[in-house]
Amino acid sequence: MSTAATHGFRRGIGWHRVGAMLLRHWYLLTSSWPRLLEMVYWPALTLISWGFLQNYISSNAGFFAKAGGTLIGAVILWDILFRGQLGFSISFLEEMWSRNLGNLMMSPLTPFEFLLSLMIMSVIRLAIGIVPMMVMAAVFFDFNMLGLGFALVAFFCNLILTSWAVGIVVSGLVVRNGMGAESLAWTLVFILLPLACVYYPVSVLPAWLQPVAWLLPPTYVFEGMRALMIDKVFRADLMVEALAINAVLFVVAIFAFIALLNSARGAGKLIQSGE
Amino acid sequence: MHNASAAIEVDRLVKIYKATPAVNDVSFSISRQSVTALLGGNGAGKTTTIGMIMGLIRPTSGAVRVLGHSMPDESAHVLGRMNFESPYVDMPMRLTVRQNLTVFGRLYAVQDVRSRIDQLATELELKEFLDRPSGNLSAGQKTRVSLAKALVNQPELLLLDEPTASLDPDAADWIRRHLEDYRKKRGATILLASHNMLEVERLCDRVIILKRGRIEDDDTPSGIRARYNRTTLEEVFLDVARGRVEKAS
Repeated sequence: MSTAATHGFRRGIGWHRVGAMLLRHWYLLTSSWPRLLEMVYWPALTLISWGFLQNYISSNAGFFAKAGGTLIGAVILWDILFRGQLGFSISFLEEMWSRNLGNLMMSPLTPFEFLLSLMIMSVIRLAIGIVPMMVMAAVFFDFNMLGLGFALVAFFCNLILTSWAVGIVVSGLVVRNGMGAESLAWTLVFILLPLACVYYPVSVLPAWLQPVAWLLPPTYVFEGMRALMIDKVFRADLMVEALAINAVLFVVAIFAFIALLNSARGAGKLIQSGE
Repeated sequence: MHNASAAIEVDRLVKIYKATPAVNDVSFSISRQSVTALLGGNGAGKTTTIGMIMGLIRPTSGAVRVLGHSMPDESAHVLGRMNFESPYVDMPMRLTVRQNLTVFGRLYAVQDVRSRIDQLATELELKEFLDRPSGNLSAGQKTRVSLAKALVNQPELLLLDEPTASLDPDAADWIRRHLEDYRKKRGATILLASHNMLEVERLCDRVIILKRGRIEDDDTPSGIRARYNRTTLEEVFLDVARGRVEKAS
C-alpha cells in the first residue's frame, strides 16, 4: 500500500503541525460557551440520575449495599469510553462540517499527525466533561473515583484506547461515505453497551454470547471494576488482557482508516466532502 | 522521462468514476514561473485534474509529478511548497480570520506567523475584519481570506480553482491584480481552472482547453484566438463547447 496516506505514517511526527491542530480546536472550543456547557451538561445529568438510582437500590437491597458505588463507577467508566470516542469523532466531524478537510489533506499535515491531534483532543474534551462528573460523584454521592488509584489509570488507559479505535474507524467511514455516515459517531459505540457488560457481570449473558463479550476490551475493564469494588481485588490479569486486545484493535483501526482514506482519494471524496 | 524545469508534469492521466471517464488520457507539462489556465465547461475535468495534481484524487492510471516529485506518493516533499484555493473547501467558520491564518501558518511551518499575517493583511486588505469570524464575511472578503491562506507559506506553486467565482467585477479584478503581483515577486508557478475568459486572457500565458476529459487545445491565448479565427477566448470557448470547431491550420 504505497500511497500518500501510508507515506504520511512513515514520516516522523511534526509536533508543530499537531500543535497547530490542537490550537485550531482550542480556538473553536473557547469561541462558544454552549459547546463547553454541553460537554459538561450530559455527563452531569447522567451521573445525577444514576446516582439517585444507586442510592435507592442500595438502601433496599443487601447486595447493592455491599457493592456501593458499582453503578456510579460503571456510569463514569462508560462515560469515559463514550465521551472519549465522541470527543475524537466530533473533533473530526468539525472538519467535515466546516468543509476544511481538503485544506488539511492538501497541507503538510500527515494522516497520523491528524489522528494524533484527534486523540489528544478526545482526552481534552473528555476531561472537560468527566472532571466535573467525578467531583459531583464525590460531593453528592460520596463516591471518590480517584480513590481507585492505579486501577483507575489502568481502566482509563484501556477505555480510551478502545474509544480511539472506534473513533478512528468512524472517521474513516465518514471520509469514505460522506456525511451520510455521520450518525455512526453517536451510535456505533453503543453496540458495546450490552456486550461489554457495563452494568452486569458477563455471567448474566447467555453462554454463546460470553465469548463475544470477552473479545471486547471494555468487558475486562467493567469486570475489573466490579472485582475491585465488590471483592476488593485488583485484577491486573484482566487489564493486561484488555491491553493486548486493544493493541490489536488499534492497529486494525489504523489500517482500516488508511484503506478508507485511500478509497476516498480514489472516489474523489476528499475534494468534495458532503452527503 | 522527467523534465527538471517543469513545475508540473502530467503523463497520460486517466480518472474514471465508476464507468464515467472524468479525465481521459491527459498529458501536459507546465514550466516554472508560468501562469497556465485549464479552461473548459462544467464536467470538462478541470477540478478532477487539479485534484489529482494536488494528490487529493488518486488517478485511475497515469502519473503526476509536482516540483520534481511523484504525486501522491512523494507528496510529503512538496505539500509545504505549494498551496491551493478552491470553492469546494472552506476554512472553519467560527474561527476568526486571524485564528485561521495562524493555524494554517503553523501547519505550513511559517517562520514568524504573526508578521506574515500582518503582511498578508496589508497586502490583501484584511485588517478591518482580521478579528471577525470567517463565517461572517461577504463573498469577496471570504475569497481574499482564502487567497491569504493559499499564500501564507509563500508557495512556489499555486493551484487555483475558479479563484474569482461569485465575485463582483471590481473584487475579481482586485484578486487578479494581486495574483499577478505575487507571481512576479515570488517567481511562482500558477495553475488555475476557470470559466472566466477575461481572467484567463489577462493572467495566463498558456491555455489548456479541456472538453469531456480530453485536451481539445493547448497554446497561448493569442495563438488559440488566431487558430480559431476569433477575437476573444470567450468566442473560442463557445465554439468548442458547442462543437463549432473550425481550426485554422
